[in-house]
Amino acid sequence: MKQVIMGNHALSFGAMISRVQVIAAYPITPQTQVVELLSELCADKRLDAEFIKVESEHSAMAACCGASAVGARTFTATSAQGLALMHEMIHWAVGGRLPVVLGNINRAMGPPWTIWTDQNDSLSQRDTGCLQFYAQSNQEVLDTVVQAFKVSEQILLPSMVILDAFALSHTSEVVDVPDQKLVDEYLPPFNPRYILDPKEPHTFGGLTGPDGYYELRYKIEEAIQDSKRLINETGKEFGELFGREYGLVEKYKLDDAEIVLIASSTIASTARVAIDELQEEGKKVGLLRVRVFRPFPSEEIRELLVNRKKVAVIDRNISFGHGGIFAQEIKSALYNCKDKPPIWGYITGIGGRDVTVEHIKEIVNDTIKSEKPEQDILWKGVKL
Amino acid sequence: MPSLKQLSSEKDLFTYGHRACAGCAASIILRQVALVAGKNTIFVGATGCMEVVSTIFPYTAWKVPFLHNAFENSAATGSGIETTYRSLKKRGKITKKINVIAFGGDGGTYDIGFQSLSGAMERRHDMLYLCYNNEAYMNTGIQRSSATPFGAHTTTSPAGTVIPGKQQFPKDLTEAIAAHDIPYVAQAAPHNWADFTKKVEKALTIEGPTFINVLSPCPLGWVYPPHLSIKMSKLAAETCFWPLYEVENGIHKINFKPREKKPLIEWTKLQGRFRHLLSESNKHIVEEAQKEVDRKWNRLLKMAEAKI
Repeated sequence: MKQVIMGNHALSFGAMISRVQVIAAYPITPQTQVVELLSELCADKRLDAEFIKVESEHSAMAACCGASAVGARTFTATSAQGLALMHEMIHWAVGGRLPVVLGNINRAMGPPWTIWTDQNDSLSQRDTGCLQFYAQSNQEVLDTVVQAFKVSEQILLPSMVILDAFALSHTSEVVDVPDQKLVDEYLPPFNPRYILDPKEPHTFGGLTGPDGYYELRYKIEEAIQDSKRLINETGKEFGELFGREYGLVEKYKLDDAEIVLIASSTIASTARVAIDELQEEGKKVGLLRVRVFRPFPSEEIRELLVNRKKVAVIDRNISFGHGGIFAQEIKSALYNCKDKPPIWGYITGIGGRDVTVEHIKEIVNDTIKSEKPEQDILWKGVKL
Repeated sequence: MPSLKQLSSEKDLFTYGHRACAGCAASIILRQVALVAGKNTIFVGATGCMEVVSTIFPYTAWKVPFLHNAFENSAATGSGIETTYRSLKKRGKITKKINVIAFGGDGGTYDIGFQSLSGAMERRHDMLYLCYNNEAYMNTGIQRSSATPFGAHTTTSPAGTVIPGKQQFPKDLTEAIAAHDIPYVAQAAPHNWADFTKKVEKALTIEGPTFINVLSPCPLGWVYPPHLSIKMSKLAAETCFWPLYEVENGIHKINFKPREKKPLIEWTKLQGRFRHLLSESNKHIVEEAQKEVDRKWNRLLKMAEAKI
């Protein structure tokens, strides 16, 4: 059924149609509507789940781990400082092989105190082993929650479904909330092999020395690499059932493009308008949206970028001392390729600064005009 | 209440083969808890001595399900487990109640896990939280905690020439948890197994959150010969440093009143961590510590008499 809902509610409804069984979460701006709606859904039994109103984000993920270890489908949501507090437990969910799905509203980190969007909170979780999906619309937020459970529960790793603060979290869009029966057909119940069960006792989380730890890490990498195939497969299957197909990346008017613009989240949806206008002006430019950041779609990046003339990457984030994080990852994926294009790494929109069609066109035009990237970081819109 | 005969004929669920030090009281405590709780139990252990010594991969000392899910959050982790099993029971997917017991040392309970414990107690999860209080961070090499006694030497409260050991009295965690108005809170010690196991049984029978704080003498950290652990436990109760009592539905009840209250020094003089207090120049510390024990004990007596 089509509804006009904000991104935060798309996240809640995504959890509802995934039939989550245990939720543990702590409110934080701009995530609050997620937990408020979930509380209402539980209070009215529209969602038959237990909601643990924990006293911190750290405890939220701890309780999720406990519930998931018993075999419950488990969900939480947070943002920025909350995600940072949860950080230790994201490592635990990964190492414990617990497929919790976590919604994160991208909000810039303080100080200075702020509530507006950028990607530094989620990208700071880069090396945990938690899958990261960056959504560009409220529909994609809802759809990705369902897909994230399907992927996570097969590889036994947690997933993060990420949306921009305010640009999606508080913006209403038309969202098709699919029929429950169809979702049930797509997403089978979670049925893990090993759980905390007195009938079959196991010890979890024990002390492991150099003899065993290494191999367990290898297995996590093996699982997350395998998720690349699963994300594409489950995304395709989703398309067959619901009419909306998803993958690791999304191409937009890319086929004949000499210049490729790369963006993620809502900047990518704004960029489509910029690409349309630039193509009308006769410029050979197309868009590549990175939807999944972990696992990183290195194979797709190589396949789509080799032999192009130029690549411009927009980062709404910064790794201090190095540069935009998507740009770094793309450069590293291409490094061993023979005919790799030069890469312009732009940073813009930090702390929720607006990124308009005009800004994106300026980025592409600058890339066209310059012969090579003059600096590792190309700042756009910074007022000095 | 199970008799000693019954308990000794039960099969151990926390078994031999763990790597605890000789004389470790915490391993006796966990063994007794597991015996009383029985097979239908899930344990969550915070990072600490007992987690480390009992779960060295690929071995385990646990014959019941055990989960270690970080240091500061065994209560929150227990919340998730309890909630899931409560939900399964509500839906008729299981018939028998499953005991959820979360535990931690004084580090994981008094200090870094205090917030998580407070939250779980306030949310009224049907679980038992058990603290084995060995009065310092023993797992990391005997650093002071908020449970460390006044005057005690630890590696971060050393008895120096100017500062003679820990300068603060311990936090009264039992009363802090009792202030959460949960149905059952108790203090126990391993020398009195009958009192302790009765308390565990009671806590597991009661619906809702329950908390037991157990003193856990530590030969390594307290510095005494390993065969004296039970004596250390007994003297802590006889000096009223560690009263055995319970708070059931808000009413304080003392479970052991010594016929003759022994001076605190009878307990401290046997422990190397208090060795520096035997010198004449530190006499005032012994006096201050005794005064505080008297104050707390008298307060407890009054509460128990007034049935509050």
